[in-house]
Amino acid sequence: MVMKRLLLGAAALALSTGMAHAQYSDGKVKIGVLTDLSGTYSDLAGKGTIVAAQMAIDDFGGKINGQPIELISADHQNKADIASGIARKWYDTEQVDVIAELVTTAAAIAVREVSKEKGKIDLVSGAASTPLTNDKCSPTGFHWTYDTYALANGTGNAVVKNGGKTWFFLTADYAFGHNLQAQTEKVVKANGGEVKGAVKHPFPNSDFSSFLLQAQASGAQIIGLANAGADTINAIKQAKEFGITQAGQQLAGLLVFITDIHSLGLETAQGMMLTTGFYWDMDDQTRAWSKRWSEKMGNGKMPSMVHAGTYSQVLHYLRAAAAAKTDEGIKVADEMRKLPINDFFAKNGKIRADGRMVHDMYLAQVKKPSESKGPWDYYKIVRTIPGDEAYQPLSESTCSLVKK
Amino acid sequence: MMTILGIPTQALFGQLLLGLINGAFYAMLSLGLALIFGLLNIINFSHGALYMMGAFVAWLALNFLGLGYWGALIAAPLVVAVIGIIIERTMLCRLYKLDHLYGLLLTFGLALIIEGLFREGYGVSGQPYAVPPALAGGWNLGFMFLPIYRGWVVVASLVLCLGTWYAIEKTKLGAYLRAGTENPTLVQAFGINVPLMITLTYGFGVALAAIAGVLAAPIYQVSPKMGSDLIIVVFAVVVIGGMGSIMGSILTGYMLGIVEGLTKVFYPEAASTVIFMVMVVVLLIKPAGLFGKGA
Repeated sequence: MVMKRLLLGAAALALSTGMAHAQYSDGKVKIGVLTDLSGTYSDLAGKGTIVAAQMAIDDFGGKINGQPIELISADHQNKADIASGIARKWYDTEQVDVIAELVTTAAAIAVREVSKEKGKIDLVSGAASTPLTNDKCSPTGFHWTYDTYALANGTGNAVVKNGGKTWFFLTADYAFGHNLQAQTEKVVKANGGEVKGAVKHPFPNSDFSSFLLQAQASGAQIIGLANAGADTINAIKQAKEFGITQAGQQLAGLLVFITDIHSLGLETAQGMMLTTGFYWDMDDQTRAWSKRWSEKMGNGKMPSMVHAGTYSQVLHYLRAAAAAKTDEGIKVADEMRKLPINDFFAKNGKIRADGRMVHDMYLAQVKKPSESKGPWDYYKIVRTIPGDEAYQPLSESTCSLVKK
Repeated sequence: MMTILGIPTQALFGQLLLGLINGAFYAMLSLGLALIFGLLNIINFSHGALYMMGAFVAWLALNFLGLGYWGALIAAPLVVAVIGIIIERTMLCRLYKLDHLYGLLLTFGLALIIEGLFREGYGVSGQPYAVPPALAGGWNLGFMFLPIYRGWVVVASLVLCLGTWYAIEKTKLGAYLRAGTENPTLVQAFGINVPLMITLTYGFGVALAAIAGVLAAPIYQVSPKMGSDLIIVVFAVVVIGGMGSIMGSILTGYMLGIVEGLTKVFYPEAASTVIFMVMVVVLLIKPAGLFGKGA
């Protein structure tokens, strides 16, 4: 009798693990973090996103319905061809089920194409451009942390409403810069502002003095910086050097990361308005997570929105894959759209038909040195921008998955 | 307001001056390169990394030793020169008899290693370095606001460049140097220590790069990438000026800074490529460069 029950139990166990094997291809879920590990975005994304993804896996318990979760990572060097090459290799020969992070628009779009073709899921945290949820949208593609529409909308709106009616743009001369400038121009004009001119600067560029002089000569109240990373940092630093900000013109950084502020120092960056998807010092949850992240990084830094977003997207993927009991791209993607997102990064986040994860954004102002109480105490949150207001309305989307 | 080719004269003067300031950096860096190539026959691809190192030494000295800008202006070149001398004595000295290509490959590899180490330690976003208080503020020139610091950079660069040129072309030491590279055996026979002279020359060349790095620190972020951003342009400057020509690299440095500045006014998108277009044209017309000797 005992023997029979034991045998039965063993059979049931064998059956259940056998089923689990069938559901998760090759008996595991494999996550690939593809990011910039050596180039200009490696501080705001880079190694920190790998750490964040690993934290999500650990917090989930390291296993999914009894099957192990594995993480691998690679450097795409911000190049589209390298990114798509790695994605193809990962999907074809390394059984990767999902690719996360993907800073740099060109790299993200290249991986999007491969993922779509293979029916695999891609989760974009670092790339900013809106085509990812418009023309280039995919049933298995998700855009998580922020985008140029939300940035333009947040900062542009606030600055125009504060009286900054006339604008001049310094724009990085590539897809992202053009996209960001166009989005911001729309917002400025819609609010009754005026665009006095723009200059497209080479990317990357270290000396901005000529362009700043042109911006000064335009007489515009606001100099909009439609660039990112080192370009933004150098432009801000040199604007101060040339007395542009002291003479009354204001800078509006359209994409500024906390790592940029850290690099500039508050003395130079103070007073600037910016839009962000996350700030580490917002509440107990964000602080707790950020401190854990910082300890794992071991360099005393605090996470950027790209780091936090990567954690959130990987955790949500795992929850959906657990609920769907499979790692099959389309099925998990459907589950991801169904499940609400509630973690320290996104409160009541939701995923729309176009793959946009809609969550609250924050309008922040950089503190004065006298207001900052310690290292990385950099932002005052001026306003929470509700998700539905921050992101492009679905009615304006050109994504083929959006029913009109 | 008066205009030239549709650009207000005020703006034009401003851009000319800014071009001159950038030219000052090109001149200092290409001078060091030309010096090293002219006397050692090494195409020193690690020049940009050593320029970056100069800026970092200044930043480190300020943050860990409390040594300010003026102290760094002396200390950083010395530190970097010592590192340069170690590189020359342990690695470069084995390559003099080989093809140029070996020196280029070795120094390129070194540049990647140095840059990688700093990136690993300090990240890519860069560190802030403030303008020294004595040089803060600026003058209103009427047509533009000139930060005093940038004016200082032009003066410092001119003094350094002309001083170096004078030392090499007009002094006895310079004559030894030039003779030593032409015919080392003969010069050695006169009791002059040629290998030591070559080592010191390399040290001096990279010290020039380090000074440029310290001068650049308050203008740009002190970042591991600052050297690699600049080095290709500086190489183009040396090629246009004529490999190894001291005066050629100085004059071409300033000139191309101005050309680039003007491009930023008329067609900003081409600002990063204009120098290479000039290089193509010059090489087609005069393959040895503007000031180069022979073909």
